[in-house]
Amino acid sequence: MNNGGLQMKDERFVSDRENPENDDKSRPSKPEPSIAPEQLRLKVEGLNVYYGDFRAVTDIDLQIRTNKVTALIGPSGCGKSTFIRCLNRMHEVTPGGRVEGRVLLDGQDLYGPGVDPVDVRRRVGMVFQKPNVFPSMSIQDNVASGYKLNGVRDHKLIVEKVQKSLKGAALWDEVKDKLQQPGTSLSGGQQQRLCIARALAVDPEVLLMDEPCSALDPIATAKIEELIHELKDSVTIVIVTHNMQQAARVSDYTAFFYVGELVEFGETGTLFTTPQKRQTEDYITGRFG
Amino acid sequence: MVTQRNAAERRHYQFRRATEQLAGVGMVLCAAVTVFFLLMILGYVVYHGASAIDWQFLTALPLPPGEPGGGIANALVGSVLVVACAILIAMPVGLGAAIFVNEFPSARLGRVVRFMAEVLTGVPSIVVGLFAYALVVRPMGSFSGLSGSIAYAFIMVPIILITSHEAFRLVPPSLREASLALGVPKWRTILGVVLPVSRKALLTGAVLAFSRALGEAAPMLFTAFGNPFWNLNLGKPIATVPMLIYTYATGPYDDWHRKAWAASFVLMIVVLVTSVMTRAFLRGQSDE
Repeated sequence: MNNGGLQMKDERFVSDRENPENDDKSRPSKPEPSIAPEQLRLKVEGLNVYYGDFRAVTDIDLQIRTNKVTALIGPSGCGKSTFIRCLNRMHEVTPGGRVEGRVLLDGQDLYGPGVDPVDVRRRVGMVFQKPNVFPSMSIQDNVASGYKLNGVRDHKLIVEKVQKSLKGAALWDEVKDKLQQPGTSLSGGQQQRLCIARALAVDPEVLLMDEPCSALDPIATAKIEELIHELKDSVTIVIVTHNMQQAARVSDYTAFFYVGELVEFGETGTLFTTPQKRQTEDYITGRFG
Repeated sequence: MVTQRNAAERRHYQFRRATEQLAGVGMVLCAAVTVFFLLMILGYVVYHGASAIDWQFLTALPLPPGEPGGGIANALVGSVLVVACAILIAMPVGLGAAIFVNEFPSARLGRVVRFMAEVLTGVPSIVVGLFAYALVVRPMGSFSGLSGSIAYAFIMVPIILITSHEAFRLVPPSLREASLALGVPKWRTILGVVLPVSRKALLTGAVLAFSRALGEAAPMLFTAFGNPFWNLNLGKPIATVPMLIYTYATGPYDDWHRKAWAASFVLMIVVLVTSVMTRAFLRGQSDE
């Protein structure tokens, strides 16, 4: 909020890193530099994220490919959730939240001057840890809430979007006969898929998922993972998880975060079989975290 | 040795049991006293009031002292009018202030406003009446229903502000985030998510404010004043039930005293029916 026109990378913060001798070890391995622009959906450059004076995320560079699933893994408190909330400018909603650096969506800086966070969030959707359906709304109104809350009254459009997104979220068959019932009448797993449908309904280019399965049982989790596979044909997905098996199952690329830094980034297969960094190897082999 | 210890333990156990039973009895007594006084008041009002109520009492105008018969129709209508007008003033103000306090907490001003509201609930209603007199009656040059509404609104605003603020605080932040993350601006999030989710508590707060104001006579002394005739014009002095009770109860005639009891009974019934109806309505609403 306090960040309307955001200044670019501030040299002060780059220079006062606490452990300069550690730098080359903790530097992210640069992903292959030659990604064609149409394959590159999000480009993060020199991102520093703060809570008040505390820097939670340090100097991240990351490239997220179009219509691929990118997983962010790392131990609790490593900054992955904080980081993902910067990709749709939700971090600044937190009191004291502040972001420095650039996040380019199709080449346009989301933190550039004159960019309205409301517009950013329409293009970059988000699914949260716990399903957060609107308790005052029916299943249909929940899915349509991105339209209805913004004052859209076109009933035909809404019905069409609701059906399309519920099908997209693999929930249509389960709810098609009870669209007018309250959203909270569904089970936890269904509620989370309802949240996914709600996010999909506004046709985002990117879908951020912040540990979407952490409150769900294994069967509901499997359904969401299956869904992620289907969704990546049409939307770019970034998913935070601290379940490494999940990251391995659903993602094409994986980024390993540790104490606010991006330690390693690469193709999921490569990162899990031949990690380049010691910390990554220790984490994925279960030696810590 | 062993039996000795057992005897000591038994004594200790009996002592604990006795203390517990004593405490239990004490609490039941406290509860009973509370309920007893409520029932006493209700019973007393019903006993003295119910017998004096008939159709004429509810539908006729007051008669000059000494003449039997007559009613409080003008005061009933006047009370409803003045309180309704007060709600129309107090609801937007109280709600708006609550939204300000809750949604823009970065400003220290929010906490100051909340504190002021708490102080305002403690201001004696007679002082509120005097203030409304100075603020409205003096400049307008006459007592009026409107000045009464404004006095009532002063009483209602802090109640509505505090109950609404508490209601907003109970709205999970995750719902706000869900809305914001859909690209819904903050003001639409407040209107479309925060208000509907807390609507039950908002209504309860409004009914509380309504009931509180309906029984207040003191703010009417220098504002609505009272009026023995029909008046639906809020620019003129207007009769209200609590004011009528005050006048009749302090008057010298037995008939007036009876009417004061009857009017108290009617007032009580109105408040009771309102809160019962609100509860029934809220129970009919689905979600949590």
